[in-house]
Order: sequence, then structure tokens, then C-alpha cells
Amino acid sequence: MSTARKKSPKNEATRRGVGSSRTARPRPRSGARNDGEAEDKHRHELLAAMLLIRRFEERCVELYSASAIRGFVHLYIGEEAVAVGVTQALEPADAVVSTYREHGHALARGVPAEAVLAEMYGKVSGCSRGRGGSMHLFDAGRRFYGGNAIVGGGLPVAAGLALAEKLRDTTNVVCCFFGDGAFAEGEFHETANLAALWNLPLLLACENNRYAMGTPLTAEHAQTDLAMRASSYGMPAWAVDGMDVLAVEQAARRAVDGIRAGHGPHFLELRTYRFRAHSMYDPDRYRDKAEIERWRTRDPLTVLGTLMRTLGELHDEEYADMERDAAEAVARAESFAEEALLEPTADLLRFVHSEDQVARHGDDNGHQQQAEHGDDVPGGVA
Amino acid sequence: MREALTADDRVFLMGEDVGKYGGAFGVSLGLLEEFGPERIRDTPLSEAAFVGAGIGAAIAGLRPIVEVMTVNFSLLALDQVLNNAATLLHMSGGQVSVPIVLRMTTGAGRQLAAQHSHSLEGWYAHIPGIRVLAPATPADARDMLAPALADPDPVVIFEHGSLYNTSSDLSATHHRRADIFSAAVRRQGDDVSLITYGGSLPKALAAADRLAADRVSAEVIDLRSLRPLDDATIMASVRHTNHVVVVDEGWRTGSLAAEISARICEQAFYELDAPVERVCSAEVPIPYARHMEEAALPSTGNIVRAALRTVGRNG
Repeated sequence: MSTARKKSPKNEATRRGVGSSRTARPRPRSGARNDGEAEDKHRHELLAAMLLIRRFEERCVELYSASAIRGFVHLYIGEEAVAVGVTQALEPADAVVSTYREHGHALARGVPAEAVLAEMYGKVSGCSRGRGGSMHLFDAGRRFYGGNAIVGGGLPVAAGLALAEKLRDTTNVVCCFFGDGAFAEGEFHETANLAALWNLPLLLACENNRYAMGTPLTAEHAQTDLAMRASSYGMPAWAVDGMDVLAVEQAARRAVDGIRAGHGPHFLELRTYRFRAHSMYDPDRYRDKAEIERWRTRDPLTVLGTLMRTLGELHDEEYADMERDAAEAVARAESFAEEALLEPTADLLRFVHSEDQVARHGDDNGHQQQAEHGDDVPGGVA
Repeated sequence: MREALTADDRVFLMGEDVGKYGGAFGVSLGLLEEFGPERIRDTPLSEAAFVGAGIGAAIAGLRPIVEVMTVNFSLLALDQVLNNAATLLHMSGGQVSVPIVLRMTTGAGRQLAAQHSHSLEGWYAHIPGIRVLAPATPADARDMLAPALADPDPVVIFEHGSLYNTSSDLSATHHRRADIFSAAVRRQGDDVSLITYGGSLPKALAAADRLAADRVSAEVIDLRSLRPLDDATIMASVRHTNHVVVVDEGWRTGSLAAEISARICEQAFYELDAPVERVCSAEVPIPYARHMEEAALPSTGNIVRAALRTVGRNG
């Protein structure tokens, strides 16, 4: 491997978030051979992106234990191939609606790690001004529409975003992440039917991690073949190995191509597994440790890393560089979050209604004081 | 709605049977032919999905008018209204606004029994982040829509089922955008304030007529906006009459009438010459049989009696 790659754009991409590296990329083929420098480089980007999410969340665990982060924190560890793989198929103009387990989705879409961690610290520089926390990451500029913590609640909204694209006659796609738990909600079935009926440009990305909090798939679904059930709504649907980022990317590209070609919603069942408990509160008593260990052998970092080593395109030194880049990115995010300011409590009532309306008519508490706040980042106390 | 659809191509209507059927109550008759199925969009019976889809379309910059057939059915979409429409702007730190207009029928009086007749405006008015309107006249039903669509935030409009068949010559009325933040004094009076909204307004006006025959001069306030409430108009009336009857078709416990009474106690307690009276629905699911339904609802007679009590006359 050329040493030039060490300082190749892949490292830049890692620093800026994965979203910045989504241009002009050839598609990987399954059963990849050593198939050229572009694909080699792309696999490095995928690995670096997954590694950043992994190290970011591992640090979140420590910061949670240190009480720097509070509330519910749902870790994505083990599922990184899904976020990184699916988002490869998306363009910046596409929209994403996510769940409460969305650190990986946000980072993969290019939301800066600084803004994500500051949000978890509850700081005004967080991507939702500290009002959402871990479960409600927003970045409207990147068309990242949360962060929905009502299981299934993001699905109808995603259908509406897709309806707007259809009515405007664009080729943009809306991607909605949700889980096997949401598949049991009426909102999923209503949305799947509506999206198929109206031929909406919607990618339904079902992260089947086999547990709805503590309830195993077999105890929540009479028929556990979710892709087969989704296909009953008259949309293309297939199951994918969610631990293999290349397989996820390939499936997502196929689905997104179909959606952009006007063939309506597509459903992907991404079979994956979370290595950690449901949330930081979860003692994880419902899973056999041996089961977790079995799945760990399918760790998406290992799956891709092993392939790359087999192909002779990943060396220890390079991997160490990748680790160092991820560690530096997490450290930068942490310093940023530590130093960021808190939103002044005087701003509590801001954004209940849009600011121009409040300026004109006052807020529901009979106050009209909000009008003077025009700046994005008001001063606060650290 | 026709005017709104003509004026702004971002506006579209969707809901159950709004197209071919013309709306369950005939409200959108003829719009499908005029604007086509993309903009007059029939939906499946999936309240959560199509209300949520309206929210998503609004986030994307369109101006959806979403019709839910009745307030009772809207409970199937309450997750979307509360957890998304009302919440996203604040929770996202001001990034995601939701300019949706949600219309629904409310109220009793048509013998539709307990799953089509309730008045849950108070539940919606409890929620920060949405505006709640209750037009009580044909002019308001028309003129509130344009400002509701112009609002960058969610607006819920409650149309009382008993008012759909009232009519007035709208072409003769002064045509303008309604002020959707203020209450209206529908009748001026000196002795008692009858504070009400929506389907109870005709009853309150009828009660004022009967009170006049008893030489009690009643002022009738039509709230029009249930969130925010127009405290200034309410308190001005209280200061003038010193006696109050609040008429609200919702159940008494935890009602809008309770909220209004509390605000009067907070802001105008020393202006009162008597306790605030409330005329609300009986605390039962609304029954089918006409006489039982009538017994459950605020009536002109109840309002008159409450007014006479509060002014110290035992009618």
C-alpha cells in the first residue's frame, strides 16, 4: 500500500464527518476482489466512519458514568454498518428521519461530532441547542429531521417529507430509520400503506436488532420475516446482512436507485445486533451472554477489517492511524462540548412558536419579550 | 379553502373523503374537480399516517390543510399532533417549524352518540406550540383560514358540527383576513358576561335574548381563539359587568371553562360581585337519544338560569 494514502482524503473525510465524502464514488461489487484504488479508498472511508461512531459512543459511556451526559442514552455499538452503509446511497439533498438511537445516523450524515456531543452535554452549541439531548438530534441544514423517541412516530413525518418531494417533482429521497419494535406499531403499517399507495420516494430502513428494548423478536412478531411482511404492501423489500457494510451499501444503492427512478417506496430489513444494553439504564438481563459473544464475531468493524486485510489493503500502521484520527475527533468533540455555553434560562420560552409570530403577537404566557433575541447563539453561562 | 388553494400553490387539502365524496360534511364539495387529485387528496383511514404526513410536508415547506373527520378520530393522531407538530420547533432549538393547518369537526347535537360527539378542544388548548381556533360564524370559518395558513406554526381549527348548516351572505360581508388572536364581543351588555365559543355561541346569544326580556343585559364574548386566550377582552368585559358565566361544551372537570375561571380569579378577582358560574356538559359520554343528549349539553335554559343566579335573581 502506498504511504501516500495515509494522508489521503479519507482522513479528511473522517474529520469532517462521513457526509462530506459522499461524492463521485464508484459502487462496490459484492464478493469484492482487490478491485482498484477507488474501491480500496472507499472501504477505508467506510471503516473510518464506523470506527468514529464506535469510539464516539464508547467515550459517551465513560462520560455518562462521569455524569457529563444524562437522560436516556441509547448506544448504536454493533449497528454501525447500517448507518454508514445506508447513508452512502444518499445525496445531500435527501432527507433523513431517525430514531432515539441515532448518534450513528447523525454522524454518518455529517452532523459534526462536536455538535452531537455538545447536545448530549445539554449545551446551547448542541445541534438542538441542548433541548433534545441524545434522543433528539436535529440538523435541518443537513436535512436531518431527528431524533424521534416515540417508536414509529417518525414514519408518518418521513412520508410527508417524501410527499413534498413528489409534489415538487424532485428526485430526492427520504430515508426513515426505525427498528423491529416500530414494525409492531400501527404507524408503521399505516405509513407503509400510504407510501405505497401514493408511490412516495421513501426508503424504509428497518434496523432489525432482534430486540424491542428487552422483548425478543420472536415474542413481538407472529411472523418474524419482516421484509416478507413489508412486501405485502406492494413495495420491493428485502433483508440484508446488517453487519456487512458493503452489503448494506449495495442494497441501499439498489433501493435508492429504484426510488429515484420513480418506483416508489422500498423496504430494507437490515439484520443487525446491538452489543450493548438498550440504554444506559438497562441491566441487560434478557439476553444470553453467549448470544452476544456469537454476534460479536460478526462485529461490522471486524467483518470489513478482515476483508480488507485479506485483500492486502489494510495494514496495522494504517489502522493505528485510523484509530488515532477517531480518537482525535472524539477528543475535539469533547473539548468543544466541555467549553460550550449553556442556553440562558431566559430563553426557555423561545421557539414554542416561530420568532416572527411571537414578536408580532406575544407568546402564550402574555410576554412579548422574545423579540429582541435575533442572534443564533446568545450569551450564556458555562 | 377555494381562495387559499387558488392563492398559494403550496396549499393542498388531504383527509378522509375530502375528494370524490366532497368531505364527510360536504365542506370540500367541488374542490377535486377544480384542483385535481394531487391537491385534493383522499387518504386511507389512517389518521396517524396522514396527519403525520401533513406535518412532514409542512416541514418541507408546503402548506397542508389536513382534515380529520371528527375530534374523536383525531385521538388516533394525537401522537403526531403533540409529539411532533407541537414539539419539533422547540425541541430542535428553532430549526424545524411545522406550518400545518388541521381542521376537524367537534361537538354534539346531532344524535351521533359517544364516539362522534365530544368536545376535546380543551385538550388541544392545553398544548404549548399549537394555536387553537374555534370559528362560530360562517365569516370566521372562511376568514380564519388564510391567517392560519400564513402562520408558520401548527394551527388546529375546530368546526362545530351543529354550525355547518348555518349560512350567511358572505359576499356581502367585509372580506378580509380575520384577526385570529382576539375574542369578539358578539353582543354588548352591562349586567353579566356570557363567555363562550364555537357551537355554544348561538345558545349564548339566544340566552341573552331571553335575559333581555327579564331586563338583564348580557354581554356575549366569542373567544374565537382558544389558545392563546384573549385575556384582555375577557377581563375588560368582567370589569364592565362584574358577573360571569362561562359556557363550554367540554366536560367541566379540567375544562377550558376551568382555565377561564382561574384566569378571571387571578386577574380580575376584585371586579367580581359573585362567583364565576360554569355551564358545561354533564360528565358522561354523550348519549344517542335526543332527550338524553339534550340533557347532557349546555342549553339556553341552563345559561339563562346560571346568569340569573350570578346576578342575584332566582330565575
